Amino acid sequence: MARRPNFAQAALALAIGLLLIVFLVIPVITVVYVAFTNSDGSLTLSHFFSFFRLTLMRESFYNSLYVGGMSVVVSSIFALPLAYFTARFRFKGALLIQTLGVLPLIMPPFVGATAMLLLFGRNGSLNLLLGEWFNVNLRIMEGLNAVIFVEALHYFPFILLNLTVALNNIDSAMEESAQNLGASGFRLFRRIVFPLAMPGYLAGAALVFLKVFDDVATPLVLNVTNILAAQAYYRINSIGIDDPIGYVASVIMVVASVAALWGSTWIMRGKEYATLQRGGSTLATRRLGPWQAVLAYGWIVFVLLLVLSPHLGILLLSFSRVWSYSIVPEAYTLQNYVTVFRDSPQMLWNTALYCGIAGVLDVLIGSAIAYLMLRTRLPGRQLLDFIASGAVAIPGVVLGIGYLRTFRDFSVPFADVPFTSFWLIIAFAYTVRRLPYALRSCVAALQQVHVSMEESAQNLGASSRRTIFRIVVPLMAGGMLAGFVTSFLTAAVEISATIMLVSATSDAPVSYGIYLYMQSIAGRGPGAALGVIAVTLVGAGTYLSYRIMRARDTRFEAHQALK
Amino acid sequence: MAKVRVEFRNIALAYGKTQVLRDIDLTIEPGEFFALLGPSGSGKSTLLRVLAGFSRPQSGRVLVDGIDISDVAPWRRDIGMVFQNYALWPHMSVRANVAFGLEERRLPKDVIERKVAAALELVGLQEFAARRPSQLSGGQQQRVALARTIAIEPKVLLLDEPLSNLDAKLRVHMRTELLALQRKLGITTIFVTHDQEEALSIADHVAVLDGGVIQQIGTPMELFDRPANRFIANFVGTINLVRGRLEKTAAGAVFDSPLTGKVDLPATAHAPGEAEIAFRPHALSITAADGAEAPGKIWIRGNVAEREFLGEFLRYRIAVPGADIIADQPHFGGGIEFAPGSRVKIGIEPSQLRLLTG
Repeated sequence: MARRPNFAQAALALAIGLLLIVFLVIPVITVVYVAFTNSDGSLTLSHFFSFFRLTLMRESFYNSLYVGGMSVVVSSIFALPLAYFTARFRFKGALLIQTLGVLPLIMPPFVGATAMLLLFGRNGSLNLLLGEWFNVNLRIMEGLNAVIFVEALHYFPFILLNLTVALNNIDSAMEESAQNLGASGFRLFRRIVFPLAMPGYLAGAALVFLKVFDDVATPLVLNVTNILAAQAYYRINSIGIDDPIGYVASVIMVVASVAALWGSTWIMRGKEYATLQRGGSTLATRRLGPWQAVLAYGWIVFVLLLVLSPHLGILLLSFSRVWSYSIVPEAYTLQNYVTVFRDSPQMLWNTALYCGIAGVLDVLIGSAIAYLMLRTRLPGRQLLDFIASGAVAIPGVVLGIGYLRTFRDFSVPFADVPFTSFWLIIAFAYTVRRLPYALRSCVAALQQVHVSMEESAQNLGASSRRTIFRIVVPLMAGGMLAGFVTSFLTAAVEISATIMLVSATSDAPVSYGIYLYMQSIAGRGPGAALGVIAVTLVGAGTYLSYRIMRARDTRFEAHQALK
Repeated sequence: MAKVRVEFRNIALAYGKTQVLRDIDLTIEPGEFFALLGPSGSGKSTLLRVLAGFSRPQSGRVLVDGIDISDVAPWRRDIGMVFQNYALWPHMSVRANVAFGLEERRLPKDVIERKVAAALELVGLQEFAARRPSQLSGGQQQRVALARTIAIEPKVLLLDEPLSNLDAKLRVHMRTELLALQRKLGITTIFVTHDQEEALSIADHVAVLDGGVIQQIGTPMELFDRPANRFIANFVGTINLVRGRLEKTAAGAVFDSPLTGKVDLPATAHAPGEAEIAFRPHALSITAADGAEAPGKIWIRGNVAEREFLGEFLRYRIAVPGADIIADQPHFGGGIEFAPGSRVKIGIEPSQLRLLTG
């Protein structure tokens, strides 16, 4: 339907555009600008030369790429068999795999990292047991391996979920025609099924790479400092906001993230998704043979144990008085929780405040962009979507550095506080970082609302404003709620930008608190306790919103059937 | 290529409590172009999938060339199937799609190349070998699917609703082309369709399915002229049905109904009692109510309720006591027309009456 752009729409688009420019585009451009200019403003590449002349920076560069790439490989090793089992076999593991998929996302990797050291480290539970029984010591949690292992364990669900969806979308005729022409077994999977699911796999793999590249806290908790994110953080934090090396590291991180995203779509250029045709059926599932069942359930139990280990680890740690050089803690206490309840109410409040602001803003901006994109012909509406979604490729550390640099000369009106140390800047960073995800749920929600529903309201005399509030918003409510919940909960465990932007302990959110505690041996217990509290709250929130969404879905089901 | 015979013996198949196929016994002669015709849900596609090995019947055997293949895996059957939605793999070029089955048979590279080229030439798509399926039109995609299947030189060719995804003009063109191709290759071919015109126009023999049961097997003309039961009569073409009683006489049989009166019929195996007669709309003649009655015909009086112009003929719905009768009259310059509301007489030639069972 062709509605002519009107003033209100243009004003809305302009306002959102301005927000995105100030809090996303300018900070990123500032980072790039500083990396390429001398102090007098002339263009130069000398910062890049100095960067690569430093052994530590060269090493960090290679390490970051290596950790990113290997995390994708290890994630794939976890995810591929699980996705294959669900697509191929009829077995009572589908729910298990779903749970398996969500569990690690509730807890960010840096929270469980310490516990993983205690479980899988050189003197951790596993190696103590292995040493006792077989006299061997597995070096899982050494150096970069530790980072790769922890990251892969947390982020493989991205590959699992995307791949499973892609596999479920393949029309069974695709597979049957290959069988009809003589293909079977693993060859069939390799030549037909997997290539057709490739877009899903690549999307998941790119996301894993981005997440790992973005993560600064996990390596730091694991004492790995020679990677780009950590170096950027250190340079700016210890040498100063004018040190160009930190900016060069930032630019490289952005380039690598964009390349990963672009690369995953570039490989699939010209190949369209093999989506299920109307009336088609999904791939046939078989019953598991006996040895296949052993293999499948064995792998699931193994992965499940690994996935649960950081959760169980911090739970144990949170109740422990002393835990080192022993399989399980030697003494238990509730003191850690007492400490946390004394210290952390401010942090919990801060998290609720920042994430609440971010969630509300994300839903407002997200639905506005969705509306402009899908319901108007305003010039530049695609650009808004592009910029807002582009935030996904900007690592948190880079955004933080961009904010510190861009706003260093601004102060908060009516208060003599520099904007860079004002708490609201953290909330804005969260808003920008989570906007891509909220936007996608808003767009999906609006796509569900057929234009004819709005047209019939207008036909019956509702103005376009009344139509939006009486028809569109109620029908979109589920998607908007989903967007809010996703933004809120994932912002609650955000650390990369937080680490750059927290300037006073009184402004620190829970995620920063956990990170801070984990820095000292004595703080591990309280840190774990705070982690348990945060994970419980986030988990409960996820479950609750899932229940609400389910209730809503069933309420609308009868209606959907009419479409 | 050796032509093979296909035999279904007592096939029964159920999904849970739903009986999809019951006691299917069917023989398809070598080199035949055979149609499985039926409404949706009649089990015709399932029967095709049984032959291809994608559906396993609970009982019964499938024989190809006299050999029982019931327990052979789909990929070892050598029975080429063209899927309704073509199922071309979007990540492969046209050439790679066609080469797939040959590669799975581990043929040498040069042989594969030659056979792919031959198959593509057969369907007239040589220039499109490097394209991706998404860059082709619906008709071209279907040819690729056909080439892909023919390339492996299957023993039997299966076509699942081969023309349903094409537009009306192309459908008529493709069906003659399919027939020409089948005659050229001489391969035993079975195709599934719900379109009776399609089945009647190109098949050597047709099996009509309904409710998982074969209702009748015969040549297209047999099905049309001598429908075995009420279902066939209704499903193949348009027909009028009149209920009445059948009585046996020394000379043959007499059908009696309020509408037709007593009608003499030739001797029949049909049991006396409740019966139904059927006659086609185009085998009727219509005259004005006061027109002359040609002798030897049965005459029924009625009112024209509706008139539909279908180009080659006019279709009248004529209200007679207790029923409506459909009558087609050819349309040509100077032909007589009857306006709705006109009182008319319908003349039926007794030889055109068919006695139905069931």
